Amino acid sequence: MDVKKTFRARVDALLVMSSKEQAKSRGIRQSMSDLHIWAGLLVGWILYSMFLTGTTAYFREEITRYMRPELVAAVPPPAAQVVPRVLESIRTQSPVTTQVSITLPTERKPFASAFWRDPQAPGRGFHNGVFDAQTGQALQVRATQGGDFFYAFHFNFHYMSAIWGRWIAGFCAMFMLVAIISGVITHKKIFTDFFTFRWSKGQRSWLDAHAGLSVLGLPFHFMITWSGLITLMVMYMPFGLQALPSQADRTAVNSEIRFFMPAGKPSGELAELRPLAPLVQQAAQRWGVDNVGAVQINNPGDAAARVVIVRQQAQRISTTPHYIMFDGVSGEMLQSKDSSGPAATTQGVLYGLHLGRFADIVTRWLYFLVSLAGTVMVGTGLVLWTVKRRARLPDSEKPYFGFRVVERLNIAAIAGLSVSMTSFFWFNRLLPLDMVQRAAWEIHGFFIVWAGTLIWAMVRPAKRAWMELFWLAAILLALLPVLNVFTTDRHLLHSLRQSDWLFVGFDLTMLVFAALHAYLAVRTARHRPRAKSARRKGVATRQDAVSLDRLTPGERT
Amino acid sequence: MIERLLGFRAWGQRWQGLASRIVAAVLGGYVLAALFSLAALALPVARSEAVLWGMQLSFLAYAGTVVWVFAVHSAWRAWAGILLVVVALLPFALCVWRAGGVL
Repeated sequence: MDVKKTFRARVDALLVMSSKEQAKSRGIRQSMSDLHIWAGLLVGWILYSMFLTGTTAYFREEITRYMRPELVAAVPPPAAQVVPRVLESIRTQSPVTTQVSITLPTERKPFASAFWRDPQAPGRGFHNGVFDAQTGQALQVRATQGGDFFYAFHFNFHYMSAIWGRWIAGFCAMFMLVAIISGVITHKKIFTDFFTFRWSKGQRSWLDAHAGLSVLGLPFHFMITWSGLITLMVMYMPFGLQALPSQADRTAVNSEIRFFMPAGKPSGELAELRPLAPLVQQAAQRWGVDNVGAVQINNPGDAAARVVIVRQQAQRISTTPHYIMFDGVSGEMLQSKDSSGPAATTQGVLYGLHLGRFADIVTRWLYFLVSLAGTVMVGTGLVLWTVKRRARLPDSEKPYFGFRVVERLNIAAIAGLSVSMTSFFWFNRLLPLDMVQRAAWEIHGFFIVWAGTLIWAMVRPAKRAWMELFWLAAILLALLPVLNVFTTDRHLLHSLRQSDWLFVGFDLTMLVFAALHAYLAVRTARHRPRAKSARRKGVATRQDAVSLDRLTPGERT
Repeated sequence: MIERLLGFRAWGQRWQGLASRIVAAVLGGYVLAALFSLAALALPVARSEAVLWGMQLSFLAYAGTVVWVFAVHSAWRAWAGILLVVVALLPFALCVWRAGGVL
């Protein structure tokens, strides 16, 4: 109680500070507020799409499985049995292959996948496929990028080279980092305001929602942004690496971050590849049975053959590579790596925290929810920009150009993205299975719909566009489980009967998101912007300014 | 008329200051962060470790610089601050470059 009184007294003292001091203290918060607003706004639309697609990437494997409904999971056999079967299947199909990389099944992805190089094929000759873990045979599945598309979009974007995409993503992530730091400085009463929510109070509610969500996930938001930059730091900050004297030094640093084995030159001398099962078993003994992640074979059938077994990422947080390299002919262990220094471990842990591959199902859902909170943080921030300025428009019927741009882009970036992401799932179910370039057309479809929502947002009155797109998203989401009934044999009842929790979970999640979008549509429809208050019309009195300042320090522009 | 001209001048100065700050934040910040990542190689740890520390922490240095640029009272002060840190980092960076055979 006493503490509270002293606090009050100090606040009152602050309020009656000399005007000069007040101006000064307001100065820094004001400039940080401006920095926060503009850093957030300028890249907010891209950030929103990065956040939302990145959020779904926590269920990347699950989405991919949902988008390949013809694959029914079976419990995979041990790695030592899977590897030889898949390799045999690949070598039968492509006898001269010089490089094969097999990723072993996991609990989340119960199929083996592989890519291999066929030097006789045109171009660089890389092929990839999904394999039955039991038989090692290639599986016939519909062509789709599945969850990998959203994952790749969140840092590569699309229709541009990955290099450009990654620079744009890094630029936006830097803005985000600045927005987070300046947002914290702006927001002085971070703790009290976390427990404050002024419901149905227009701008105040938007501000409270924005601040609440930001503070709730603050450690996550900071971690995800910084670690996002770290995942691509070799590209963004290459100078230290470039200053190293030799290529070998640079390779040594890179190999601390991720496993990479160059193809290696064949000797030209034929030699039988050693059976792989004992080598895989050796790795399994070293790390534990479920810990074998991938096997790479270079120059199989040649005297210079190499076999590298890489540890799985799902069993530990850090992504620093652990691997064993064998001579493919003699089976002798040539190299192994099981530990890393503090700096390499720090980046490995941050990288691992970003990806969340270690997460079990409960942690994964937590990841999904807090990342969704981050998405809504960006979204509410964008909306807040217009809400705040609408109240001050001289004529709310004819807003100025910049306001209209932000307003329309918000609609397409937020409501439009919900529509287009859902339609990606619709295309997955509706495009003919034998269609040429099918996987690419699922993605074209996503962008065509997104572009369509932007046009819609430009031609319709703003409020109606919000409502209509939210309703459209709600309908598409709600009908997705229905579409499943007609286009697959894995509808909700079937999934429930089979205890197929992945499909049950997906369908139910779609229904929850449908309800959320319907709710947003209804709220938008009911929303009546309040008439301009006297305070906003006229010159604010000093008392008003002080009380405003007291309520929401960083809110004014 | 004079009032209008003065108003225009004040407006120009304001935007000039802002533009100067934006350049200081985006480019100055990047240069500072890059030098920071280089200077980290002077740390008395294994070289691959030093490179990794430098790269990871450079983003925080960048973000900190941007916040500094917009927190201080004038664009001049922002530039001066950046310059000060750059001058402090430069000798380390030069050593690293020389050791790596870049210079």
